[in-house]
Amino acid sequence: MSAEKNANASWIDKRFPLTETWKAHLAEYYAPKNLNFWSFFGSLAILTLVIQIVTGIWLAMNYKPDAALAFASVEYIMRDVDWGWLIRYMHSTGASMFFIVIYLHMFRALLWGSYRKPRELLWILGVVIYLAMMATAFFGYLLPWGQMSYWGAQVIVNLFAAVPVVGDDLSVWVRGDYVISDVTLNRFFAFHFLLPFVLAALVFIHIVALHHVGSNNPDGIEIKDGPKGNRWSDKAPADGIPFHPYYTVKDLMGVVVFLAFFSWVMFYAPTMGGIFLEAPNFQPANPMLTPPHIAPVWYFTPYYAMLRAVPPLWGSQFPGVVVMFGAILIFFVLPWLDRSPVKSIRYKGPIFKVALAIFAVSFVVLAWLGMQPASDLSTLLSQIFTVLYFAFFLLMPIYSSLDKTKPVPERVTA
Amino acid sequence: MSAEGVNKMRRRLLVAATSVVGAVGTGYALVPFVASMNPSARARAAGAPVEADVSKLEPGALLRVKWRGKPIWVVHRTPEMIAALASNDPKLVDPKSEVDHQPPYCQNPTRSIKPEYLVAIGICTHLGCSPTYRPEFGTEDLGADWKGGFHCPCHGSRFDLAARVFKNVPAPTNLYIPKHTYLNATTILIGEDRGGAA
Repeated sequence: MSAEKNANASWIDKRFPLTETWKAHLAEYYAPKNLNFWSFFGSLAILTLVIQIVTGIWLAMNYKPDAALAFASVEYIMRDVDWGWLIRYMHSTGASMFFIVIYLHMFRALLWGSYRKPRELLWILGVVIYLAMMATAFFGYLLPWGQMSYWGAQVIVNLFAAVPVVGDDLSVWVRGDYVISDVTLNRFFAFHFLLPFVLAALVFIHIVALHHVGSNNPDGIEIKDGPKGNRWSDKAPADGIPFHPYYTVKDLMGVVVFLAFFSWVMFYAPTMGGIFLEAPNFQPANPMLTPPHIAPVWYFTPYYAMLRAVPPLWGSQFPGVVVMFGAILIFFVLPWLDRSPVKSIRYKGPIFKVALAIFAVSFVVLAWLGMQPASDLSTLLSQIFTVLYFAFFLLMPIYSSLDKTKPVPERVTA
Repeated sequence: MSAEGVNKMRRRLLVAATSVVGAVGTGYALVPFVASMNPSARARAAGAPVEADVSKLEPGALLRVKWRGKPIWVVHRTPEMIAALASNDPKLVDPKSEVDHQPPYCQNPTRSIKPEYLVAIGICTHLGCSPTYRPEFGTEDLGADWKGGFHCPCHGSRFDLAARVFKNVPAPTNLYIPKHTYLNATTILIGEDRGGAA
């Protein structure tokens, strides 16, 4: 049996590096032995992407990307298609879960200093994935063709119209019409179907980059620079353990907890009180009537709050748009803003800890403000927290080099 | 193949020329993909003018008609509404409608052909929401000195009953007034005037 299996494996291995790939990425990929629960979110993100692609393809079997039929086809999936309600709620819950997981994954990178040398490119690839994810989510949110779908898309596409000189033509080109219409819906469906596969390709590249530089850990210590030799190999880092079976089993634990929470939302609170699925989206799109209060879905609201915080300058809305996109694009330069001699929050000083806490609080508060109707107070608060958000990045070269750090041990701590 | 006797200059020139021609060809191949995303002939034709019948429009009421998929408001302004417009002037960004958001024949204090009828595109100049019609004078949420107008639910922009924007709101400019003309006393043609289509 074993010999036969080996013969088969060797037949394949001569033609495709199957065993080699298995070893390089799982059985003999040595990850630091001190990973904690924060490392769950990478594998959970892959799981969520798979859930979204599978449920999305099944939804596409019954969905009609046509302005006259789209809303009714979603109701048809919910009422008449066997198990359609479950597949749709998996998809709608999955979208929010994807962002929760990714935000925690990004926060973990901030905690462990995973954007620092030699992982700058890994981090940049991650930000590209985040951008592609946001684009996918934006295209997807138009598809149910509800009031919030329609008016949300209207607001976002009009951001392009704020670009000086070419703005109007650009927004008409994006829509394919003078307003959000059937044409827009049709093309957004095409992009929403395409982008997840682009996302999957980007995730593949992200993992190739990760396995090239090696996983970071809560101590921010490079195990590759430490002593060699462990139970499995003389050449492997002494503080590394094989990803499989050690971390596959550990991650499975994370998957169980995650799916329990996922199921609770899906079965008991699929709308999450109007946060995951917004109430106006249960009415068909009406181009003649804007709902009394519109806000994007929660994962976009921090940026939306920033957009609203900036008043028009020189008779143009463009500065607000610049601030909003700047808030996302600034992540790209993060690896070069941090001047601290240490990577992990464990050995960083009090200034960085306070700065990171302020940043995290600002992000959450902005998310909340972005959901609220515009008022003088909410605009003022948005302005304050937008400044704090940017201060975290722009002042980092100063405070991270001033900060008093603790000595980093030679080896990872248990 | 031997590297001897290779004319490197010629090789470099050939590689560069091939690359340039290839890049130009790729550029041309992109044209149909980019151009096909522009509005189609049908979408362009759907931009034809529409008629609005205002004979049954009560004073103070608002009529919405659809033109190019956008809501067009026709408001029958009462004499009190018209009289109150001038009192808003100090609070407005552009009280004299100097920004070119209306046909020349509507660049006047009421931004209309006939003062009693306002015709405007009901799309906020901020980010394209459709503001809510708030004709009442002095309201709790908009202030005691509110003289009727439009309030955008998305980001709080305010416009008066001549569709002029107030100061210190997100919208940078007045609402657009489309080209329009009176076919008879109570029928307005929107999207076209004596000078031609919009």
